[in-house]
Amino acid sequence: MFDDLRDLYQEVILDHGRKPRNFRRLEDADRGARGDNPMCGDRMELWLKMSPDGHIGDAAFQGRGCAISMASASLMTETVKGKTPDQAKDLGAKFRELAMTGTCPHCDGAIADDMERLTPLSGVHEFPSRVKCATLAWHTLNAALEGAKEATSE
Amino acid sequence: MMDALPTAVFDVQRIREDFPILSRPIRGKRLVFLDSGASAQKPRQVIEAMVRCMETSYANVHRGAYWLSEVATEAYEAAREAVARFINAPDPREVVFTRNSTEAINLIAHSWGRHVMRPGQAVLTSELEHHANLVPWQMLRDDGKGIELRICRVTDSGELDLEDLAQKLADGKVGLVALAHMSNVLGTVLPVARIAQMAHDAGAKLLLDGSQAAVHRKLDIQAIGCDFYVFTGHKLYGPTGIGVLWAKLEHLERMPPFLGGGDMISFVTLERSEWAPPPAKFEAGTPPIVESVGLHAAVDYVTAIGMDAIEAHERALVDHAMQVLPNLPGVSVLGRAQDRGGVFAFSLDAAHAHDLSTLLDRAGIAVRAGRHCAEPLHARFGVEAGTTRASFGLYTTKEEIDVLAEALIKAREFFA
Repeated sequence: MFDDLRDLYQEVILDHGRKPRNFRRLEDADRGARGDNPMCGDRMELWLKMSPDGHIGDAAFQGRGCAISMASASLMTETVKGKTPDQAKDLGAKFRELAMTGTCPHCDGAIADDMERLTPLSGVHEFPSRVKCATLAWHTLNAALEGAKEATSE
Repeated sequence: MMDALPTAVFDVQRIREDFPILSRPIRGKRLVFLDSGASAQKPRQVIEAMVRCMETSYANVHRGAYWLSEVATEAYEAAREAVARFINAPDPREVVFTRNSTEAINLIAHSWGRHVMRPGQAVLTSELEHHANLVPWQMLRDDGKGIELRICRVTDSGELDLEDLAQKLADGKVGLVALAHMSNVLGTVLPVARIAQMAHDAGAKLLLDGSQAAVHRKLDIQAIGCDFYVFTGHKLYGPTGIGVLWAKLEHLERMPPFLGGGDMISFVTLERSEWAPPPAKFEAGTPPIVESVGLHAAVDYVTAIGMDAIEAHERALVDHAMQVLPNLPGVSVLGRAQDRGGVFAFSLDAAHAHDLSTLLDRAGIAVRAGRHCAEPLHARFGVEAGTTRASFGLYTTKEEIDVLAEALIKAREFFA
């Protein structure tokens, strides 16, 4: 009945949705932000620990939401560790393009491996009402990096 | 003026033919529309009445001394009379057209709450309200007028806690009780006649939000004994953009206008104005003219089928859904009220409401996911993340509930 939805709900999404990685509070975080989708009730809190050389040393989150939003946050925390804030923001911009269009024409070169890790989420572009589920984590990351307290992807 | 209406015998397949959208395939599947609680689909009779109005009898109302304007004014006032009959209001002047239920409640909060209620009085609402019947009262409370806000509790089975209601009425300070006639999440139908008695015994007025109930039950506001009743056109198979505020004439006469402008005055100079009598006092500006014709057609449509027949059909659907849905693996239905209408909010253990609704959409099933404009109620039942809601209309069939049930079983397997 739902076979054609396997593109959206790939095994990696279901796995990260059920068992999100880095799903914990970072007690010694030095940056953080809350992300909210007030219309659907998705909510997350993201913490970042910066390393002395200015990279993202650790990233973790807690929250509640659909499989897409939890999987996206989980994959994001895995992906941004070790990145500079600018690199992380650039990945976020590319990811939003991927989520909205299903393709990412400028995703080769140095970021190719990272984007490939995020590609399982590209299926959301066929579901306009679900794109914001996938992008909430990245909006929240931007807010944390820019020192804002809250983000929304409404 | 009207097309041939369905006969009094309730034939759901015949009724479905009146709704053009129901024969439209969605994603290659037959549409199973289970979101009528958010907004109902429209029968041909409503659509055609509105088109006919615009094609043959449209002009602004209450203004022009020419034939078309007179015809349009007659149609607009005929809609008011039809609505008055529909709810058994004693006087059509008690029917005010608004944009929707939300605007009607805001009108009461503004005109009654801010100008008729006195400092030290309280508004009493409940945990099961749609935000439309909560937020305006929070705004009133925070407006520096000295109005308190009290919240009546809901029991674990999803009924209004009448003992709590009695306690919160006991000190006589409640000026207005504002409650949903039927919950848009739990389906609970409140014992409104009894509540009206309790409110009046405590010196309070009663406002009922009938957005859900007006669609499913025969309404008699005199038998209920309330003071204010509001509902919206678009859930009653009518158009968007028109709602109804009914209030006792004596209340409307005491209330100052909500919005100022044309059509609501009897006399204007540059210095001051005098208000027109109700209902015009509350209908500033050009009203929803075409929409009133659509609402009239909708009221005629459900009346011709018979609200009793609609209620009986929906009771059978509710009984069927109560047998099927709670017994599905992993499904828990919110609320176990004795008296309930065709609204079922539920959780599936394997999936978040949004993932589930995306799946159901693929099967052609339209349901609502989220908190249905009732966040506090979801918090009350510990389902902050939201629920999936199936809500029925007069065109809903038992087979559609079975299609939903089968899809829920498959969806659980999908996410397992």
